[in-house]
Amino acid sequence: MFEIKDVLETNRMITENNLDVRTITMGISLRDCAHPDIKVTAQKIYDKITKKAENLVKVGQELETELGVPIINKRVSVTPIAIVGESCEAQSFVPLAKALDDAGKTVGVDFVGGFSALVDKGYTNGDRRLIASIPEALAETQIVCSSVSVGSTKCGINMDAVAEMGRIVKQTADLTADRDAIGCAKLVIFCNAVQDNPFMAGAFHGVTEPESVINVGVSGPGVVKHALEAVRGADVGTVAETIKKTAFKITRVGQLVAQEAARRLNTQFGIIDLSLAPTPAVGDSVAHILEEIGLESTGGPGTTAALAMLNDAVKKGGLMASSYVGGLSGAFIPVSEDAGMIAAVERGSLTLEKLEAMTCVCSVGLDMIAVPGDITAQTISAIIADEAAIGMINNKTTAVRLVPVPGKNVGDRVEFGGLLGYAPIIGVSKFKPDAFIARGGRIPAPVRSLTN
Amino acid sequence: MRIVLTIVGKDRVGIIARVSNLLAEHNINILNINQNIMDGFFNMVLIANMQNADVQLDKVKAAFNALGEELGVDIRVQSEDIFTAMHRI
Repeated sequence: MFEIKDVLETNRMITENNLDVRTITMGISLRDCAHPDIKVTAQKIYDKITKKAENLVKVGQELETELGVPIINKRVSVTPIAIVGESCEAQSFVPLAKALDDAGKTVGVDFVGGFSALVDKGYTNGDRRLIASIPEALAETQIVCSSVSVGSTKCGINMDAVAEMGRIVKQTADLTADRDAIGCAKLVIFCNAVQDNPFMAGAFHGVTEPESVINVGVSGPGVVKHALEAVRGADVGTVAETIKKTAFKITRVGQLVAQEAARRLNTQFGIIDLSLAPTPAVGDSVAHILEEIGLESTGGPGTTAALAMLNDAVKKGGLMASSYVGGLSGAFIPVSEDAGMIAAVERGSLTLEKLEAMTCVCSVGLDMIAVPGDITAQTISAIIADEAAIGMINNKTTAVRLVPVPGKNVGDRVEFGGLLGYAPIIGVSKFKPDAFIARGGRIPAPVRSLTN
Repeated sequence: MRIVLTIVGKDRVGIIARVSNLLAEHNINILNINQNIMDGFFNMVLIANMQNADVQLDKVKAAFNALGEELGVDIRVQSEDIFTAMHRI
């Protein structure tokens, strides 16, 4: 039987500290949907998703009712569409994006991820067509997310793809200019992309994955912040220990939801992603955890060290709580989705350069950062290259999700709505990387890739 | 399925009586009650078995929401599983 305090603790986490399961993501293989006629491919994609994920939302809602814990999003991730569309004769893959959008809306999920290409070392013909289709695909769909992997520790960095993705981000912004470049909020560029990530915009169903799978992303920055309020003034070892214990409890809930969801959907349980994923809601911020640890404002000196400890302690607590841990697992630092990050940018303590340093020790990378609309494609590419280099050398996933907002500049603010939040436009260096980006080619895999 | 009822709020006469009655009406068997008063606040954790209940969980939740409003207390109804997951290894 349970102690009153245990039961009340769990319920306080849910009602006061925003404990939630961020997403149940069903990964679905679309490898059997390939066909030379793109209309047939699109129909097969629609049919397969609507059949496999038919009960996903219903099961999510049932678990929410039974356990009393909010499950914020239900999502679908699919095989990278560059692979599925490779055999199509059509030049544009936009019809495949529309099939994903339609299927996702039919089953009632919040997002569908996997309009993706993996070009770490170079392009296939399908990769080229997919990447060229991204701006239009994101402009003409609502819930489809896109990702492109441009490098890895094992392969090095594809600088031709880095250069192209700078242009693609700009085109996506232009095509969705009437909606503050919302298309760019659904596009992420990776180094060391993860095959079982349940979080958007970067979720896709990797080629090593089974026919279908359930991956769950937990959350709970507010719970960690609350736990740390009880150890104010204690040494950092105590802080790390407190984070670890809290992450353990949060992850146990995710594990329960994942196992039950997989059982009820008659599919395989994949992984728990132990990420601290903030939302714009008050009390759901990773930046506020860093400030609780003792920083006046996130981005100031000490931020990287505090974040490194937080990221590591979250992993250590969580990995004991779940049989299978994967995905990105750590602390996310998106700017627009975190009230504390937004405040830190507005206060002037958090800059793009400091965010880059933080990405060396956080779980992913430069995420949901609004930049001036007049930023050049080359500068975006160079930022992608810097971020990919951090990932390649440190053997970790890094990503870039920049939103260049047409017509807006430093001092302006942009609203994305919902979980995507709002963001002040952040300043970018004016020094040009154009000649570097124009070189193209491939950065060779680093020494640390030679591990065999 | 075993459920956990958590009841928190200002103390008054008859909370346990009303809660027990509602459970009995739906043939839900009480297994354990843990209750105290802290700083004038009523706290109770009740574990019950829904195996022979005549209604589904969503209806039970709705009934207890209504009762909670009437009594001026917060009543949450959840599957026992979430507490087992978090507090038992």
